[in-house]
Amino acid sequence: MNVETGIRWMELFNEKVQAEKDYLTQLDTPIGDSDHGNNMSRGMTHVIEAIEAQKPDSLEELLKLITTNLLSKVGGASGPLYGSAFMGMLKAQKEDNIPWSAVIKSGLESIQKRGKAEAFDKTMIDVWIPVVEALENNQLTDAVIDQAVESTKPLKAKKGRASYVGERSIGHIDPGAYSSGLLFHAMLEAEAE
Amino acid sequence: MADTGIIIISHVYEIAEGINRLIQEVAGDVSIKVVGGLSKSEIGTSFDSILEAINENQADNLLAFYDLGSAKMNLEMAKEMSDKSITIYDVPLVEGSYTAAALLQAGVSKDDIEQQLKEIQIAK
Repeated sequence: MNVETGIRWMELFNEKVQAEKDYLTQLDTPIGDSDHGNNMSRGMTHVIEAIEAQKPDSLEELLKLITTNLLSKVGGASGPLYGSAFMGMLKAQKEDNIPWSAVIKSGLESIQKRGKAEAFDKTMIDVWIPVVEALENNQLTDAVIDQAVESTKPLKAKKGRASYVGERSIGHIDPGAYSSGLLFHAMLEAEAE
Repeated sequence: MADTGIIIISHVYEIAEGINRLIQEVAGDVSIKVVGGLSKSEIGTSFDSILEAINENQADNLLAFYDLGSAKMNLEMAKEMSDKSITIYDVPLVEGSYTAAALLQAGVSKDDIEQQLKEIQIAK
């Protein structure tokens, strides 16, 4: 990953978030507070504006910019969670010659530190965990991502707003898992270009 | 106990303002800052406004109370960015902040306040 690919990654993620904004909100309606689409859309709009205004010339600068914008502009639980993810990635990226899988893993650890979720709690980390595993084995594909997103459907939520509805969360895809899926699909696309 | 204050975070402007009105009745001399909603009309919590409230509070030691989970996450991030000593309590927002405010006003020590708060702790 370099800064050009990183910027492309964010552009593609933004396109996907804007295109699926209503679907993200729809996913968040039965088991949450119906704000995930709007929140992610607002956050990514600010990220793209900041990239255009500040023209980051290193991956570190880019990650820092993404962190501050997501943290301040997304709102809801996703703001601190996505903000923490990129903060964790930024921390790892500062080390020399660190593989990209370790950077993403540091993002995952940062999300877990913030949200205290475990695997199978029906949260975004149910996508991040298999993505990190696949990256470490050089086997990340769109299918792996889709399967991880889909795997949140039968789970009962134990963390986040969906945990308030308990059993009723079963049968719905977790919105944070879906938006994380978009993030990693965008990453694969950017890397392939 | 002028060096100890209270910060209250709610997803809703009116909840935060309402609790403030309630505890002002018993704690007129305690430094209290409340943050409610993203704005007067928008529901949510914002890291930026929480950090601002922390800085605006005159006290250096803050007892922090919140309503739902994402408020806690923003609160924790703001705590990490701030130089002040902030303790976040997993207690019901109204009862917890009221207890702490009344005891601070009465000059009770932080240790004793924590003891009382422990009794009303909930899974949040």
